[in-house]
Amino acid sequence: MTLMSDRQQLSYIAAQAADARLNVELETEGMTLNIGPQHPATHGTLRIIAHLDGEQVVWAEPSCGYMHRGYEKLTEVRTFPQVTTLINRIDWLGSFANEVPFILAAEQLMEIEAPPRAQWIRTILFELSRIANVSLFLGDLGVQMGAITPVFLAFRDREYVLNLIEGATGGRFHPNFDRIGGLKDDLPKGWIDETRQVMRKLRGFCDEIEDLLFGNEIFQSRMRGIGVIPAEVAKQYGLSGPNLRASGVDWDLRRDQSLPMAWDQVDFKVWTHPDGDSWARCWIRLQETREATKIVDQLLDGIPSGPVMTKVPRIIKVPEGEAWVATENPLGEMGYYVVSKGDLGPFRVKIRSASFNNISVVPWVLKGVYVPDIITILASLYFILGDIDR
Amino acid sequence: MVVRLSDETSTESSTDTSGDEAVAALPGDGLREGVVDLLRRELGEDLLDTHLVPNVDLWVRVDRSAWRRTAEVLSLAGFDYFCFLSAIDWKPSPWGRGEDDPSEPPPERSTEIVQGYAGGETRFQLLARLNDTRRHLGVTLKADLPDDDLVADSWIPVFAGANWHERETHEMFGIGFNGHPDLRNIYLPGDFEGYPLRKDFPLVARMVKPWPGIVDVEPMPAEEPADDGAGATGDDSGGAETNGGDASS
Repeated sequence: MTLMSDRQQLSYIAAQAADARLNVELETEGMTLNIGPQHPATHGTLRIIAHLDGEQVVWAEPSCGYMHRGYEKLTEVRTFPQVTTLINRIDWLGSFANEVPFILAAEQLMEIEAPPRAQWIRTILFELSRIANVSLFLGDLGVQMGAITPVFLAFRDREYVLNLIEGATGGRFHPNFDRIGGLKDDLPKGWIDETRQVMRKLRGFCDEIEDLLFGNEIFQSRMRGIGVIPAEVAKQYGLSGPNLRASGVDWDLRRDQSLPMAWDQVDFKVWTHPDGDSWARCWIRLQETREATKIVDQLLDGIPSGPVMTKVPRIIKVPEGEAWVATENPLGEMGYYVVSKGDLGPFRVKIRSASFNNISVVPWVLKGVYVPDIITILASLYFILGDIDR
Repeated sequence: MVVRLSDETSTESSTDTSGDEAVAALPGDGLREGVVDLLRRELGEDLLDTHLVPNVDLWVRVDRSAWRRTAEVLSLAGFDYFCFLSAIDWKPSPWGRGEDDPSEPPPERSTEIVQGYAGGETRFQLLARLNDTRRHLGVTLKADLPDDDLVADSWIPVFAGANWHERETHEMFGIGFNGHPDLRNIYLPGDFEGYPLRKDFPLVARMVKPWPGIVDVEPMPAEEPADDGAGATGDDSGGAETNGGDASS
């Protein structure tokens, strides 16, 4: 099943070739276009240096580091519980999801596991941060193409999810709620019913966005057949999450590895798309948001009772060893390689963030595209600056 | 040359093929041992050490000269997903966690270099990870780099995505990569001096202003003997045994 028509892609390639030939005939001069670091389409401070020939990009080079905070160095001077404060700020739209793999890595080294209730609440909050993160992406997508309405809808509906996260953890953006051995607190009263209602609203939001954006002809013509990343290239560059699945690779860490989380207790579909173009990436994210609301609903139905914290020593020392734990975060595979020397703090933490790999494919994918498509391709790849620069 | 892992690697492969469409089979240690066998066959002497934590993960240390060859062998064997590439500096930091009281003489710290899983002989080690998206398997690779020659072969011919990771490793650790087209800094300014993730690179923010934790110390309950490292400057008069006695009384 190929949703994108070959004709559309062929006509795009033909137009590229014709334009390139025209540029040669006219002996046009190259021009360097600097996008960013302060540009609305770059979601922060990513800078793209694009060398153009006519309307086409000859080569493009992202320049990152405007927000480099050196978290890998900073973790070395923190104790294990203190590290969650830092890593909250890597992907700031889905903060809770950043904490989980690190805590799981520490727990793996300590050979403890959170109680079942804590695992379920972790999974619920994880999926809620996915919804909060991706719903903003879906709204922001329209802005890149001049559609203003969806972003307001997104901010409105994301607020419901943030309220839920705030209700449970006390923080809208930086919950800092996950602890080694469990969670800081149990869920507040009435939270579960409210979450069910919000999930219903969010499904409505997804339908609305699908009507407004995905059915829109302009949106489709700006997205379909543009920025195609084949599966082989995606795997070589280590693309992950929706970007990888949009290229047809069926790889979802929620399903494909065994972690002490509750994903194996629910059924959900891992969406893939054969096209690998901008449209496929956006479509996968829309479906995943829907799927996440269903996961939350299922988890709320079966949430076990019991404590939310296992017994851990007051002063946490993590035994000597190395652990790699990665989870399927809103942006893709987020992993921590934690090396402990039996001390209070980690010896070395390698943070493998999704956006760094996802954006490293930009020089490859921007070759030959037209200038307006730079914006849509970047938007569809979806990155968070904190996640690139760490 | 086809080095795809064949069905001879025990029963695991049969469960793998059957679970292809629905919930795929989770990786077993049989598969991991198959990877070790494959590498031993292909690399021979250059496979230096392996470490298998049952049901968790596999660590493999190879010789530096076989660094690119390892990637080639594994990518042909199905490990076609490039996860990350980085390095580790195993030398302990001379400043600990930067929590020393500046008015006191610095405490004694071990400078012994102790490598982690799969062993090692040098201060710096390369660290990389590859995944097999079809069999849901991962492997962590390491390679020793001698101090006087911090260079390894670039992985770009095998995994184009290694480009940025090698640039990052170069600027953070000062490790060079043969065959990399462009080892410019990716995060730091072009004229930055020093290699920040080396353990002997000071974290200046901690140096210029003492950690507030050493000013207002909240006494912790005596659950553990006060032997935990850096901040223990004070008077542990009785030693560990009396402390334990206090806690029980």
